[in-house]
Amino acid sequence: MLSLVLILIASLFFTGIIIRTKSIASGRKGPGIFQPVKDVWRLFKKGSVYSETTSFVFQIAPVVYFSSVVMAILVVPFGSTKGIISFDGDFIFFAYVLALGKFFSIISAMDTGSSFEGMGASREALYSMFAEPAFFILMGSFALLTGHTSFFEIFSTLHLGSYITYALGIMATFVLVMIAMIENSRMPIDDPKTHLELTMVHEVMILDNSGFDLGLILSTGYLKFAMYGTLITNLYIGELSMAYAIPIFFITQFAFAVSVGLIESFMARYRMSHNPQFIFALSSVSLLIFLGVLLVLGKFV
Amino acid sequence: MVTVTMVVITSLFSSMFAIPALLGNEFQTLLAGTIPFGAVPIKIDALSAWFILVINFTMITGVIYGKSYMKPYARQRTNLTMHWLSYNLLHISLILICSVQNAMVFLISWEAMALSAFILVIFESYKADTLKAGINYLIQSHVSILFLMLGFIYVAVKTGSYDFDAIAEFSHQQPAMAGTVLFLSFFIGFAIKAGFVPFHTWLPHAHPVAPSHVSGVMSGVVIKIGIYGILRMILLINADYATIGYIILFISIISGVYGVALAIIQHNLKKLLAYHSIENIGIIGIGIGIGCIGLGTGNELMATLGFMGALLHTLNHSLFKSLLFYSAGNVYQSAHTMNVERLGGLIKKMPHTAFLFLIGALAICGLPPLNGFISEFLIYGGIYDWLFSADLISLIIITFSILGLVAIGGLAIFCFTKAFSIVFLGTNRSNPEIHTSEMSFWQLFPMYLAAALMILIGLFPSVFLNLLIKPVALFTGDIVFNPNLPQMRVFDSLQTINWVSAGFILFILAVWGIRKLVTRSKIITIEPTWGCGYTVPSSKIQYTANSFVRTYTKLAKPMLFIEKDETEITGIFPSKRHYETHPYDNIERILIDFPLKKIASIREWFVFLQNGHLQRYILYGIVFIASVIIIPVLIDSFLIILQFLNHL
Repeated sequence: MLSLVLILIASLFFTGIIIRTKSIASGRKGPGIFQPVKDVWRLFKKGSVYSETTSFVFQIAPVVYFSSVVMAILVVPFGSTKGIISFDGDFIFFAYVLALGKFFSIISAMDTGSSFEGMGASREALYSMFAEPAFFILMGSFALLTGHTSFFEIFSTLHLGSYITYALGIMATFVLVMIAMIENSRMPIDDPKTHLELTMVHEVMILDNSGFDLGLILSTGYLKFAMYGTLITNLYIGELSMAYAIPIFFITQFAFAVSVGLIESFMARYRMSHNPQFIFALSSVSLLIFLGVLLVLGKFV
Repeated sequence: MVTVTMVVITSLFSSMFAIPALLGNEFQTLLAGTIPFGAVPIKIDALSAWFILVINFTMITGVIYGKSYMKPYARQRTNLTMHWLSYNLLHISLILICSVQNAMVFLISWEAMALSAFILVIFESYKADTLKAGINYLIQSHVSILFLMLGFIYVAVKTGSYDFDAIAEFSHQQPAMAGTVLFLSFFIGFAIKAGFVPFHTWLPHAHPVAPSHVSGVMSGVVIKIGIYGILRMILLINADYATIGYIILFISIISGVYGVALAIIQHNLKKLLAYHSIENIGIIGIGIGIGCIGLGTGNELMATLGFMGALLHTLNHSLFKSLLFYSAGNVYQSAHTMNVERLGGLIKKMPHTAFLFLIGALAICGLPPLNGFISEFLIYGGIYDWLFSADLISLIIITFSILGLVAIGGLAIFCFTKAFSIVFLGTNRSNPEIHTSEMSFWQLFPMYLAAALMILIGLFPSVFLNLLIKPVALFTGDIVFNPNLPQMRVFDSLQTINWVSAGFILFILAVWGIRKLVTRSKIITIEPTWGCGYTVPSSKIQYTANSFVRTYTKLAKPMLFIEKDETEITGIFPSKRHYETHPYDNIERILIDFPLKKIASIREWFVFLQNGHLQRYILYGIVFIASVIIIPVLIDSFLIILQFLNHL
């Protein structure tokens, strides 16, 4: 329950902080940090334009996309408190329910019959496919390390004690940050602020969405960021009491958002053709974590 | 009509024995002796019962669907009679295979099944492609029978009995290694039927040419009989389970990944689905492999999860694959093509078919809250459970299993977003004037039936898992189902998934309701798709199937084999350009086509013999007769000379 509330709060300012960081880095004044939320609110109040090519898929897809991310958030725990849903193997459910949302967002883009949106859909399908193995190997390594297979038990029994485990924690953070970037179509995979449709991934998929639907899609993106931020926080807080855990949570989210903003300010997007290789390299980082876990457990004897 | 009644009667009759058997009362009888076989024992235990019920359901939906699907062919009356007769024969032989306990009768039923399936496939035998694919299937299924005969005859020679019990007794007397070899012989035979890579090459040819209900039945249940055979042999043969587990796991991961990797590049919708059958057989195989390793290492929970996942996925696959093939059949009947590049926008003309295809696609990708997720979850559960008791080698295998299963899932999503959106979404890519319309009620009804069962499994998995307790207990023994054991918690997870899935659907509906409420009073405008400023959009600017998977094709190029046929643009005024690609199967090229070509080239050395001169042919005859007489005489005289020399 706590995690849900915290994620909701964090999602309110997360994207705002990214935008603010970017504007400060480029020497602009920039909008306030609640501007993205205000945008969504404004979109909720607007009418919509639908393409004449589209069908019911296009209408239901944003709803399913939003619901799937909310469902995924429900299984995310916070330190020593469970998520609303918690069972053995819930991270499998987490990954698959997110995949359901992705499935719908892809077919909704294809529903418009547009050449641009097909391009984005194809890329999104491919990238998320490549990102999944990394997540499963990561969770598998932690399951092996802790002897449990649910998010809550893994995170609450995960103690970062020795040097190796700190290395593992850092690598896991890297993998999760990168998965978050891929899932949210951010730099260095995708540039959400590019001016050219040909070079977009996620933004081009939602070209035809408007009004309430677009609002839902945008807010889903904010929630997703906060959700991954929470997963990263969970790597570190373990059994800490709430008095420490909650401030750590907000600091981590803040740092995560600022680093996303900095990456976007100072890095160029990768070439599209290099993206799959980059994403696939994440799996090898995950495998490194797996080997590290084997080291810790002394399986190499 | 007769066929429908027959199928229903057969189903009811066999279900009458199967349902009690599934709940724990095995049915056993001994058919009085017939001259060639002696007494034939018949036994329907829980495993047979599960498969019989799976078969019955898909056979019933298949016959209802097929009845309306075949209406356009009503004029070919004799052909149709033959077709439906074979359908009944197929059904009966499948059930017999599941219930007889005698190798001879088993093989005869197996042959009956192979032949009747062959006749079903070649319904349109006046098309050269159909006949070719059918004969390809016929030959390969006989190779399969060859391996089965090898196994059965070996046992029969050793023990003098064709009963299945003899196999069990025999293998218990032998060292485990002998059992493993015996099992592998059976495994190859059954794997050809089931379509494991590299024994799969008949499958992508046979499924697309068959009428759609036959494809559904073939993919849904006929290839599953191979799985049944493998499971039955695991029960009968006492082998080194861990070793066969590793072998099955290895082959299955390859099958799964290879099947889906090739499915993505297919343009023919039914061929795409056929490759997905290989993928799903791979998933079932991973389950069986995990189960066997669990048995071999004494990890009962892992064995339970593996076999349970495999059996449930057998049912699941028979449901969603038949559903998808029926949808493909609807598409074929209204658009008269299976080439996805010529389709598009069918969702507006055929909303029911599109909806059902979407349900099938979500299920086959293993997405919650549908049934595919449940079985894949069980298999994942098995793998992650293995993690805790594994040594270094197993850990590496586990990593590959997880990677394989995840890759299968990801690629399947990639493939079905392509298939669904190219066929049903956007606008028509070939001929905008095409007359397409929704199919009749009787064609949609069996599809809704299958979809309803899929949703039920997705929402109430525990009901179906309880049904699976008995079949799985055959493998693992009864002790496993003690819910108080701490390691049984994964079944609690499924209880949780029960209500989480329901809650998920409710939540979607709630958000949908809010959306309706909020947008009710808003202005809704319908405009052409945003073309980034381009104002004359046509269906040609849409993304095609080929362009959707282009990045993937480039990445996976070393694994794939795509024939390209293109002409360059020449001249000052560009003329029409021609570009065609034909995806082909690399394994088939290396394993089937290459040896065949070699054999053919050896054959060519003897071409001079066939020269059309009658005199020469008579000469061959005389030479043959003469040699038949002379050679024994020569040998005899040679022996006499030898004896004579020996006496010297």
